[in-house]
Amino acid sequence: MGKRVLITGLATFWGGLLAQALEKDPAVDVIVGLDTREPDIALERTEYVRTDENYSILSRIVRAARIDTIVHTFLVVDSTQMRPKTMHEINVIGTMNLFAAASTSGSTVRDVVVKSSSYVYGSAIEDPVWFSEDMSRNHPPRRGVERSLDSVEGYVRDFAIDNPHVNVTLLRFSNVLGPDIVTPVSRALELPLVPKILGYNPRFQFVHEDDVVRSILFVLANELPGIYNVAGDGLLPWTEVARLAGKRTISLPPFGTSYAAQPLRMLGRELPDELLDLLRYGRGIDNRRLKNAGFRYRYTSAGAVKAFVEALRLRSTVGSNEPTYRYASDVEQFFRHSPSVVRDSE
Amino acid sequence: MPIAHRSERPGTIAAMANGDAGDDRENPEPAATVVESPEILTTSDGDLIPDAGLTADQRHTALVPMPRQDASDLDDGELTDPRLSDVDEWGRSERMRAISRRVYEPLYKHWFRAEWEGLEKIPTEGGALLVSNHAAAIPSDAPVIMHGIETELRRPVYGLADHLFKSLPVVGVMWSRVGGVVAHPDNAYRLLREQKQLVLVFPEGSKGPAKHYNQRYRLRRFGRGGFVEIAMRAGVPVIPIAVVGAEESMPIVYKNNSIAKALGIPYFPITANQLVFGPVLGAVAYFPAKIKLRVLDPITFDVPPDQERYSKSRIMDESERIREKIQEALYDMLRDRRSVWFG
Repeated sequence: MGKRVLITGLATFWGGLLAQALEKDPAVDVIVGLDTREPDIALERTEYVRTDENYSILSRIVRAARIDTIVHTFLVVDSTQMRPKTMHEINVIGTMNLFAAASTSGSTVRDVVVKSSSYVYGSAIEDPVWFSEDMSRNHPPRRGVERSLDSVEGYVRDFAIDNPHVNVTLLRFSNVLGPDIVTPVSRALELPLVPKILGYNPRFQFVHEDDVVRSILFVLANELPGIYNVAGDGLLPWTEVARLAGKRTISLPPFGTSYAAQPLRMLGRELPDELLDLLRYGRGIDNRRLKNAGFRYRYTSAGAVKAFVEALRLRSTVGSNEPTYRYASDVEQFFRHSPSVVRDSE
Repeated sequence: MPIAHRSERPGTIAAMANGDAGDDRENPEPAATVVESPEILTTSDGDLIPDAGLTADQRHTALVPMPRQDASDLDDGELTDPRLSDVDEWGRSERMRAISRRVYEPLYKHWFRAEWEGLEKIPTEGGALLVSNHAAAIPSDAPVIMHGIETELRRPVYGLADHLFKSLPVVGVMWSRVGGVVAHPDNAYRLLREQKQLVLVFPEGSKGPAKHYNQRYRLRRFGRGGFVEIAMRAGVPVIPIAVVGAEESMPIVYKNNSIAKALGIPYFPITANQLVFGPVLGAVAYFPAKIKLRVLDPITFDVPPDQERYSKSRIMDESERIREKIQEALYDMLRDRRSVWFG
């Protein structure tokens, strides 16, 4: 019997990519995607279910569709795109309800993968150069996104302890770059002058968006319970990142930095506090545990930056890379249910 | 679509028929391959059936105008790493280090006239933890030791120091580029055990440089013995180094604790240099004290590496033993010293 997968955040960047990737896998029987809004990418056989952001109907869906695998990608890491309160609802309350639904008696859930972030390690002066999975941060989290991911991981831990028969995998991704994803870092690198903090040049680590999706598929295929860092090899100074992008830098003052970064917010290029921390002290996470489990990266940190820069150049020449196809629910209904569509799996 | 040549691999034909020739899927992952046998693709007379055997993704990639560039082949082993600088994971740059060595050489040779004894005791390969006494308001011993070993032995030295350095703008970056690393046990372990590097540490910490001139050459407490524990865990020898002369290069004549507290720094000194050279130049200019360095015999611990815990009493004993050895060597060197300036 094949896998029956539930994806949270189908309309988000990661949820959509992951659903597309899982659709190719013949070992996956059912893919159910939850989100508050409709996905806008082409999906073959994924069933979309509209929910509120804290999944109050989730336990019924899990039971009805006999879900055995939950991939929790609906965790907000980019704090610039919504109010803190919304982020809290999505991350903390959403996760809480998700796990409440997954741990009802008679639950069929056997595998859970959660997409967290290396922001849980924080960024402080006394940090080691490399964080490994069993290290914890040096200060209590101060930034909203870090606090909320911290609580999320608390729920993940509780769920794993209460449900020892379930493979719970927690993936912590470093900053993602790639041809398509938009993050505060990518927006900063698209500016004509890349902001940095005067007198600081910390080392950054990146992971390519393809490696993110591949790593999630990898843990799904291999059943790897536990915590894994996911990040490309190598650390590179921020000025080198800017040089790879072919940009000059502009220095923000080392004191009152977040006030000095305010004008960028009006340009829609906000540098959130957690990124300003990184621009001061940087962060490295040790990716060897996942490598030792057999995962092979396709990009190093610098390779991810290069892929991003190349896509940026292409976009600036030929225009946006958005597919001509626009998601339309009636077309998707046709693809899914019409007898005229010849399906590969049959 | 015309097919340029017929390949044996059905996957290739399918991909090209789909206008996706850029991605020729030489080593498709199992999940992506649904095409199983060549029979599906060709009729009896060898013509291609255009849409047969296409996987779901191949069909809708046809809808996307710009094909995603596929990553370099997995079986290559080596990933391309398009770096532009030579800054390593610790922040050290050999290029910056070479520049700073060129700048520092005259100071090392003609100002401090550094003189080594027993340099051959430092191994030319393999990890080792160098441990030394620490002195002067702005310690002059660290650059002398690092410069000396790098020029004589031609191998890098990483200097562990308080994270205070990292928090200072400009200084923190420079410090890191020339080999400074935050003194975190995990950093030290990786450098020593995994990368087999030379690591320099001052177990006295800031208590060494912060001492008053009349306390010179009296070693402070060696922290809590953390350096011994790291050497044990990393399975590397500890090599003690006794330094004479640094104390007199920038002696502290007065300390103000309340200013230090207000600035958040370990000590706020008035140095003899400031009395002589004035408050500004004196804050950075050293006296030309003759610096002599003596490398003592390496100390190895007969304990297995990578243990979870080591006996605390053993650690403290070893730490105290190393401290005594350096202290004795200092007294011995001072007995022979005729002049602060000429050795």
